[in-house]
Amino acid sequence: MMLEADVVVRRGEFVVSAAVTAAPGEVVAVVGPNGAGKTTLLRAVAGLSPIEQGTVRSAGRLLDDAASGLHVPPDARRIGMVFQDYALFPHLSALENVAFPLRASGTSAASARRRALAWLDRTGVAHRSGSRPRDLSGGEAQRVALARALVHEPDLLLLDEPLAALDVESRHRVRHDLAAHLATLRVPCLLVTHDPLEAALLADRLVVLEHGAVVQAGSLAELTRRPRSVWAARLVGTNLYRGTAGPGGITVGAATLAAIDPPQGPVFATVPPHAVTIHATRPEGSARNVWPGEVAAVEPLGSRVRVSVDGLLPIVAEITSDSLERLDLLVRPRVWVSVKATEVEVYPA
Amino acid sequence: MNGRRGVAAAFLGVLLAGGCGTGSESVTVFAAASLTESFEEIALAYEERHPGTRVELNFAASSRLAGQITSGAPADVFASANLAQMDLVVGAGLAAGPPRTFATNILAIAVEPGNPLNIRGLADLARPELLVVLAAPEVPVGRYAGEALEAAAVEVRPVSLEATVKAVVTKVALGEADAGIVYRTDVLAADGAVEGVEIPDEDNVAAMYPIVALAGAADPDSAEAFVEFVVSPAGQAILARHGFTAP
Amino acid sequence: MSEPGPPRTLRPPVPVAVMAAVAALFLLLPLLALAVRTPWTDIGSLLGGERVRQALRVSVIASTASLGLATLLGVPLAWVLARGDFPGKRWLRAFATLPMVLPPVVGGVALLLAYGRRGLVGESLADLTGVTIPFSMGAVVLAGAFVSMPFLVVTVEAALRSADTRYEEAAASLGARRWYVFRRVTLPMSAPALAAGMALAWARALGEFGATITFAGNLPGRTQTMPLAVFLELETDPEAAYLLSFLLLAVSVVVLVAMRGRAFGGR
Repeated sequence: MMLEADVVVRRGEFVVSAAVTAAPGEVVAVVGPNGAGKTTLLRAVAGLSPIEQGTVRSAGRLLDDAASGLHVPPDARRIGMVFQDYALFPHLSALENVAFPLRASGTSAASARRRALAWLDRTGVAHRSGSRPRDLSGGEAQRVALARALVHEPDLLLLDEPLAALDVESRHRVRHDLAAHLATLRVPCLLVTHDPLEAALLADRLVVLEHGAVVQAGSLAELTRRPRSVWAARLVGTNLYRGTAGPGGITVGAATLAAIDPPQGPVFATVPPHAVTIHATRPEGSARNVWPGEVAAVEPLGSRVRVSVDGLLPIVAEITSDSLERLDLLVRPRVWVSVKATEVEVYPA
Repeated sequence: MNGRRGVAAAFLGVLLAGGCGTGSESVTVFAAASLTESFEEIALAYEERHPGTRVELNFAASSRLAGQITSGAPADVFASANLAQMDLVVGAGLAAGPPRTFATNILAIAVEPGNPLNIRGLADLARPELLVVLAAPEVPVGRYAGEALEAAAVEVRPVSLEATVKAVVTKVALGEADAGIVYRTDVLAADGAVEGVEIPDEDNVAAMYPIVALAGAADPDSAEAFVEFVVSPAGQAILARHGFTAP
Repeated sequence: MSEPGPPRTLRPPVPVAVMAAVAALFLLLPLLALAVRTPWTDIGSLLGGERVRQALRVSVIASTASLGLATLLGVPLAWVLARGDFPGKRWLRAFATLPMVLPPVVGGVALLLAYGRRGLVGESLADLTGVTIPFSMGAVVLAGAFVSMPFLVVTVEAALRSADTRYEEAAASLGARRWYVFRRVTLPMSAPALAAGMALAWARALGEFGATITFAGNLPGRTQTMPLAVFLELETDPEAAYLLSFLLLAVSVVVLVAMRGRAFGGR
């Protein structure tokens, strides 16, 4: 039973227009920079925010239809949601928290306790069943929240930055366990995160949201092979440009990038950092893409260094530490960069 | 530095001015609540005759006033609705001279205008369906009402014992109570809001109203002059107009 | 390495401290005087006195009933004011808090005009059922609820408004319907504020005088509450008045201390 959402959601001046689907058992991560509208989208699917246009369908049921005014309230959507700070009820114990959805739908106290305890066991925190949320560690709280979201067997699981509240150490362990739980899931799961690693490790498919619109969707491999968004580019660690390919080359703003036989029209162009060379003076040679610039940032990465250069086009180059010393970049910020046309990969936008 | 001293001086000045009555003449009169309308008129008349003098009136139940005076309230004249309260003040040595009875007030039954429930006398007040209010026995008129009812052998179950006689009038005027026992002056003062049913003399109780200038008066002459005015024909005429009977 | 007392920058400047001390004295002295003048030795006989016992009984029963009424009506009102979104909400809030600033006697008069025998509603009520409200303990309860409900509404509304709606959203996302969320999440989480509001309302109802005497009248054993008894006893039996006053004071102090300023946003 799928999730199909195609909505326009407005929050004040900000508009999110996105379509997302998830198959049973599939984990779809909605990723992107902060402020892209990921949580807005998730809340709309949950029914917590009204939609302006479009529809939301889950498990064969129409939950939202802007055209007809249909809006099924969140409590009737049969969803399970884990919030960013978990929102565990502070006045209830962990067990009572997990039993809450069952009791709310009329399950007997005894039966609810039993099932809740079983789920706490599955998530590995049964020994903390009597504790209040304030006494739980971040990882424990996360597991309780997950158990609470799944105990009533929802048709859809929604996770809002599930690991964001954890410290780095816990995150690693919890992520591993979460991945295991998600793998056994038989319902669609929509996961919102700004952390590429989290998305990479938990999701089957990614949807990249930027400024309220979907800029790219696909598996991680697809995304990294052909990034179409700043977010994906940063994930891969490559330089990404968007421009128009014409007879003279690829026009990116005021600059022109030379490439080999690019497809014409609107394109994305990537330049891997290791293909960028930095020179102290204007270089001679066969490279067709040469321009002057100023060193903006230097980031050491072991024996390699990433150098960000501002110029005709902003670019990140990867050079060895030795080269850094030789070029004396720390003292001499003005440099020249060169990129061979053969190193520029181009694909249609 | 100067600013602060100036403020302090002004502050003290205000305190002093408030405390003393020097500069302009004023007579502070504590009078029983039932004297409200009549004494307001008397005060105006007095001020006309004595230009430059201000009469400050404080109306409350006589018992409360007596209490205030014995606690040191700055009053110049005390007009009580009964002798007992006056005795308290005199007994505490706070009277400038012997009190003089300046009026009497008799009781009356206050009913709704038109007397729809046909109340003729004290005996009717015992009717079980009537909502009767009286003044609390701590208030003189309340006590007198009790005496009158006892003398007439009428058993009344009041629904409320109000703190002031004016409250009794109000409750009847609003229609919340069917009848109440008040002073005849209260009925007249109500100006049509209630109607009065006379209580025959043999069942009635007359309240004696004494007045006295107080020993602690800021201006003993003015205080005495006010008392004189009250017992004078002019004052008496005003009192009669409001329903009091001559002492 | 710890400094005794608050850091120098947070200690009050001398004039402020002096005025604060004066203020404290100003407020405390009358209360101390009351404690001193209370006839402690006669407590037994006075407490046994009919008048005092009756007043106590009426006060306790009526103020508790007032609290019940104020809570039953006040909590939903607070919820609507905190979470609702409808035209005229500002006006509703203003009217709901009006009794707090209204002179109690004015409140009493208003109650009479509404629920009295000739009142807007009271007249129909009397015609239909023969029931009149004034002069009954019911009137005392109504008067108490009228003056005390705003305190409860204000306290609870503030708590609800500042409460995190995420918990209610979470509850909804887990399948709980609105009434269930209210019962099992909203109310329990605002319990401290509710308790503070209730304590404040109870103390206020207990101390009510003007509205009570105007609307309910004064009859020992039926409508004479402790404050009314104090007012009247003061003239004839001051000792009993002092004792009743002190009892009222003691109850108020206990309530306020127990609340630890929580109703006023303290901790």
